[in-house]
Amino acid sequence: MADTPLTDSGIRRDGRARAMAERPNEAGLRRDGMLERLRLYGLSSPAILLILVILVLPVGWLFYVSFIGADGSFSLENYERMIKSKSYTRIFMTTFQVSFLTTGLCILIGYPLAYFISQLPPRLANLCLITVLLPFWTSLLVRTYAWLVLLQKTGLINTWAISLGLWDEPLKLVHNMTGTLIGMVHIMLPFLILPVYGAMRAIDRDFMKAAANLGATPKRAFWTVFFPLTTPGLFAGSLMVFILCLGFFVTPAVLGGGKVIMVSMKIVSNIELFVNWGAASALGVVLLVLTVAILWIASRFLRLEQIAGGGH
Amino acid sequence: MLNWFKSPATETQVTHGQRLWLYVLSVIIMVLLVTPTLIVIPMSFSDSQYLEFPPEVWSTRWYSNYFGSDEWMLATRTSIKTAFLTMLVATPVGVLAAYGLHASNVRFVRATFVLMITPMMVPLVLVAVGAFYAYARLNLLYTIPGLVMAHTVLALPLVVIVIGAALKSYDMSQEEAARSLGAPRWKAFLTVTLPQIRFAVVTAALLSFLTSFDEVVVAMFVSGGDNPTLTRNMFNALRDQIDPTIASISTMMILVTTLMMVLAQIFGGQKQPGGH
Repeated sequence: MADTPLTDSGIRRDGRARAMAERPNEAGLRRDGMLERLRLYGLSSPAILLILVILVLPVGWLFYVSFIGADGSFSLENYERMIKSKSYTRIFMTTFQVSFLTTGLCILIGYPLAYFISQLPPRLANLCLITVLLPFWTSLLVRTYAWLVLLQKTGLINTWAISLGLWDEPLKLVHNMTGTLIGMVHIMLPFLILPVYGAMRAIDRDFMKAAANLGATPKRAFWTVFFPLTTPGLFAGSLMVFILCLGFFVTPAVLGGGKVIMVSMKIVSNIELFVNWGAASALGVVLLVLTVAILWIASRFLRLEQIAGGGH
Repeated sequence: MLNWFKSPATETQVTHGQRLWLYVLSVIIMVLLVTPTLIVIPMSFSDSQYLEFPPEVWSTRWYSNYFGSDEWMLATRTSIKTAFLTMLVATPVGVLAAYGLHASNVRFVRATFVLMITPMMVPLVLVAVGAFYAYARLNLLYTIPGLVMAHTVLALPLVVIVIGAALKSYDMSQEEAARSLGAPRWKAFLTVTLPQIRFAVVTAALLSFLTSFDEVVVAMFVSGGDNPTLTRNMFNALRDQIDPTIASISTMMILVTTLMMVLAQIFGGQKQPGGH
């Protein structure tokens, strides 16, 4: 590497130290290397520019608007309203309630399934994984619609349950909290299962053998050896689910039937119905700050790409 | 059969019989994951307003409704156009960004990576409201370019993650070898690196297409007028009443998704799509 001609590029780090010792013009070389790396970095500029113009600047503007009162001067009234008004408090309570319940249900349902699939032979496991990936890829609007059709009063579940004698009157399964939770859990499950499954697959099965060999009961071996090794995946998955739930709009809007009002829905109605940008922005800022705070705390335990990329 | 029940299923000698509950539970969950989506397909062929299952009278009336409606056809064209353009923009922009970040090794690469995946973390409603405001001033509201740009921003994190993962397992010294033999950097990238990450590129492209095609919230705000998307119209129809036409549209959207999944499996190689 040290013998290659001095072009402006292609000098690897390990080669650079040697090149510097032998070459007198190391300062120039270093500058060339830096310029080359900056040029390479420049390749990401279209992406950066798009994200800045479409996302960062407008959200920054929302931040600003949230501090402007109805009379056009600086004021905290948009935030005060959030604390004082009972309806806003209720919206935040609902949002947290839905997010916590969905995350908890996803863990309860997703963990056993991930465990089951992770112990199957690879071919069968891949087949079972399709049942997780198919809904993951399907439009969430389509899945929400499917639940609406199944859960409505004249829907499949009510008609079948009544004909089987499970209940007599059609139950109200949709346009309320029940319907919202069913839809949300169905949509969020893959986000939990995939990272947990990844973490489980990566565990060396001999650990469990060793635990059994050393006299641990199956239960003890599971809880002291297996489960702790899956916690990073479980943590990443739960976090992703929780954050997605906090800002979710489509499913609660369709399946909640106006009875489950979450923060994102209030933001939309503030703009569409009341054209109140200040109130909408303030809600948006709180939602964003919450999300960032949770991610920031999580990033001390996990790398961000683990959360985004699913646990590993 | 009895032997199977008594045979050990795990390293800790738990037998299949003792774990029967896990098998039953898992199968139930898997059925519940898949059926709600798939059941829409036969239901869309029901003649009844209430979408019976199994349909008592089969008919394609909801499909004729869909194909006969100018409004739905316009929305379908907008959605396909937007998704296709988003794929064409997001893929090269994302590949360039992922490659630049991978190769450049400057101090702020990490911060830039975080910026690249923010669109995935910021609540969609905020992206939508922000874009709505910006487009109103830039005269991009209800236009295809505006929609494509917003969807590109949403697709970029996926592209950068998928391509970044592929580059991580790719040995960059191959490109250096090409360059030491005299190839300029762009040529080395196009002829040596790109062919080897092509599966990831295809996966990223398909993901970008689906991201745009399925997106609802941003489309609700910045599409409309002459360019409403399919999802926007579907969402509005869902809020009013349950129009069975949507079942036929849903069926077609499921087909598009399945097609993409199959394509990703064929061209995306052995790796699981979506960076998992």
